[in-house]
Amino acid sequence: MSYTVGEPIRDTKAPDGPIEERWDTRRFQAKLVNPANKRKLTVIVVGTGLAGGSAAATLGELGYNVKSFCYQDSPRRAHSIAAQGGINAAKNYRGDGDSVYRLFYDTVKGGDFRARESNVYRLAQVSVNIIDQAVAQGVPFAREYGGLLDTRSFGGAQVSRTFYARGQTGQQLLLGAYQALERQIAAGTVEMHTRHEMLELIVSGGRARGVVVRDMVTGEIETHLADAVVLATGGYGNVFFLSTNAKGCNTTAIWRAHKRGAYFGNPCFTQIHPTCIPVSGEYQSKLTLMSESLRNDGRVWVPLRKGDDRAPGDIPEDERDYYLERIYPAFGNLVPRDIASRAAKNVCDEGRGVGPGGLGVYLDFADAIARLGREAVEKKYGNLFEMYERITGENPYDVPMRIYPAVHYTMGGLWVDYDLQSTIPGLFVIGEANFSDHGANRLGASALMQGLADGYFVLPTTIGDYLAGAGSFGPVDDADVAEARASVTGRIEKLLSVNGTRTADSFHRELGRLMWDLCGMERTEESLRKALERIPELREEFWNNVKVPGDPDGLNQALERAGRVADFFELAELMCVDALHRDESCGGHFRAESQDADGEALRDDDNFAYVAAWEWSPRGPVLHKEELEYEYVKMSQRSYK
Amino acid sequence: MNLTLKVWRQNGPSDKGRMVTYRVEDVSPDMSFLEMLDVLNERLILEGDDPVAFDHDCREGICGMCGMVINGVAHGEQRATTTCQLHMRHFEDGATVTIEPWRAAPFPVVKDLVVDRSAFDRIIQAGGFVSVPAGSAPDAHAVPVPKEDADAAFDAATCIGCGACVAACPNGSASLFAAAKITHLGLLPQGQPERDSRARAMVEQMDAEGFGGCTNTGECTAVCPKGIPLDAIARMNADYLRSATR
Repeated sequence: MSYTVGEPIRDTKAPDGPIEERWDTRRFQAKLVNPANKRKLTVIVVGTGLAGGSAAATLGELGYNVKSFCYQDSPRRAHSIAAQGGINAAKNYRGDGDSVYRLFYDTVKGGDFRARESNVYRLAQVSVNIIDQAVAQGVPFAREYGGLLDTRSFGGAQVSRTFYARGQTGQQLLLGAYQALERQIAAGTVEMHTRHEMLELIVSGGRARGVVVRDMVTGEIETHLADAVVLATGGYGNVFFLSTNAKGCNTTAIWRAHKRGAYFGNPCFTQIHPTCIPVSGEYQSKLTLMSESLRNDGRVWVPLRKGDDRAPGDIPEDERDYYLERIYPAFGNLVPRDIASRAAKNVCDEGRGVGPGGLGVYLDFADAIARLGREAVEKKYGNLFEMYERITGENPYDVPMRIYPAVHYTMGGLWVDYDLQSTIPGLFVIGEANFSDHGANRLGASALMQGLADGYFVLPTTIGDYLAGAGSFGPVDDADVAEARASVTGRIEKLLSVNGTRTADSFHRELGRLMWDLCGMERTEESLRKALERIPELREEFWNNVKVPGDPDGLNQALERAGRVADFFELAELMCVDALHRDESCGGHFRAESQDADGEALRDDDNFAYVAAWEWSPRGPVLHKEELEYEYVKMSQRSYK
Repeated sequence: MNLTLKVWRQNGPSDKGRMVTYRVEDVSPDMSFLEMLDVLNERLILEGDDPVAFDHDCREGICGMCGMVINGVAHGEQRATTTCQLHMRHFEDGATVTIEPWRAAPFPVVKDLVVDRSAFDRIIQAGGFVSVPAGSAPDAHAVPVPKEDADAAFDAATCIGCGACVAACPNGSASLFAAAKITHLGLLPQGQPERDSRARAMVEQMDAEGFGGCTNTGECTAVCPKGIPLDAIARMNADYLRSATR
């Protein structure tokens, strides 16, 4: 697939002036909506995770008429709930030198200089309000004996700024947002639609004016109109089939919006987490993350010799390769996620991987147990060891854990400006679904921060500026509604009529494997060209040979899955186009051609210091570049040796 | 390993429903229970049959979406485990496994093993929150919270809202679910202003939804994947009583 280059994006709507004043400036500039008018304005929010749940609740509190949608049976199930580690905030409660500026600096640098400075600074500013809000809601963060909040350092940060609730921080923050949302549902400001999946965006008069959804219980296709639409539908890691995402996570909402005019920013930026439980067999349906904190005490190794299939305990010390300690003596087992992941892939590619299929490395606690005692290790990691044993049937106190990298988060997403508005007026995108803030690599404990910053504080302000002009939007054209509905029903009919010989899941697995092999941890021009050849062939086969049972009415989970897989096919192609065009390595995007003498990622700031915002076109994608300027943080190469 | 499954099939809320027997072969002991069902469903689709509908999402034991009664026990016999975290190595080769949905009047069956648990959301709507609009919060350190209280509140707050407690209770009571939230918020200073109204409203909503009363049988806590203790219900009753006398 070839692409063309279109006009660059020149204005991101970030105000000028000193960076610390920009958000204040924008808030003051933003037009306000008269309280009496708010209840006449309808806002649709799709998705009820940290971003969507907090946004719907807050818009309801402000007095807007909100319609909220989720595909699960309750808004409390959204996958934000699975986040373990914590949430960053520049509170500096420890007095250890943290500040808004430092969090901003760390995030820009950690993102490998591919994020927008203005947005990241605002994120760091707002981070402190999130903790206040969550505590007031009754989120039971970990506390110290004096009754104050506990924090820890996380993901290699040199300050202790991560707030946490044991290993279930995402759950507790999500329940806080969920409860706020339920309060608004009771108050009548939010109309909740569970088990409803968005299948199309309605654009009329050049503005986003509604959605077409399928009631997953009755199968009915419904139209919902509004003055603005907010997508908070999460990431697209499930394009790889196996990921740490929930089974239902999908790209359909943002992909439909993309095809209606919303640019897609940096689709190839994918985060691969180094410590997940390896695949155990062909039937594997998802991967489970083991907290990164395990690397604080566990030592990562593989056998020195290729094909050594002795039990780990029978391999003597001098026949083991503690490769992270060997290659990165300064950081050892604590190197950042992208580096640890790629190193594991390299040793497995050399044939030194362990476990079924040779796709795993040991994470060994024997030294930690000898040094600290079993009890101390149990206290620190007991719940994680238990989780590991539950899944693998192996006891990590006796045999080393086996881990392998897995897809975990997507930094890419729909392109948004400073107001979180996409290139379709009236379509706002928040949380993991947008591309902003994390650049080419997200730091640990920053996803929760961004989702809640967007939902509680940023969007509710910026959307008002747009809605203040709602008086001139005019009526929604019936023809636009009919066309969007026809697109949905046409696809459903088509999926049900193929009646081939393969299930949607079998196609999804094959696509995922292909993406993992050719557009995964390491990408080359050759691998990406091969992917771009293979994906359209597989997609063609899908549309000619998929078997979707049942009918469109009523609960039909196979139909739901088939629709999502169809969109993943199209997204996969754009990811490969983006990865191929970005002929540099940065953050989670490693192009083998672009590395230094030591095999480390080599950025090309002269040619690629921009956001790649892709416009959909039937003739192939059109690239719009948003040049990134670094006024505050000096561009530098990361080094962990 | 090979298994015989007896699975509850029900086409919709008004369908009578029945047990249907399936054979599954070559099950790996490392599979999760839901992966075993995935394999069955892939086969059913290719054979032109209707796959078994079941709810699931995160598949790591935290979203609370999955849940089925396995051999008569909610989430199966493995303690403190959601259905998605149950693995096949706990079953004997050649065994017969019965699989049914949560059974309780306030949880009507949608299809097969999928039930409607929206009653839980309405219980939360009644009062399971602290009324604090975004932007109005004081500094997080303004009110210290004793560590023991914060830890106990966290323990109650780990409820995943799966509904196993209701499915296991002979009375179909939602007491453990409601009590977990009342305990979580009632232990924290932030939850005090609405403590009375919360307990009253949530208990009344439970009754209105048609859940039964608690008779202290303790089946709920025995199947709870997060081990929410029965004490929570005592605290709920105390708060409810307190609210009636103030």
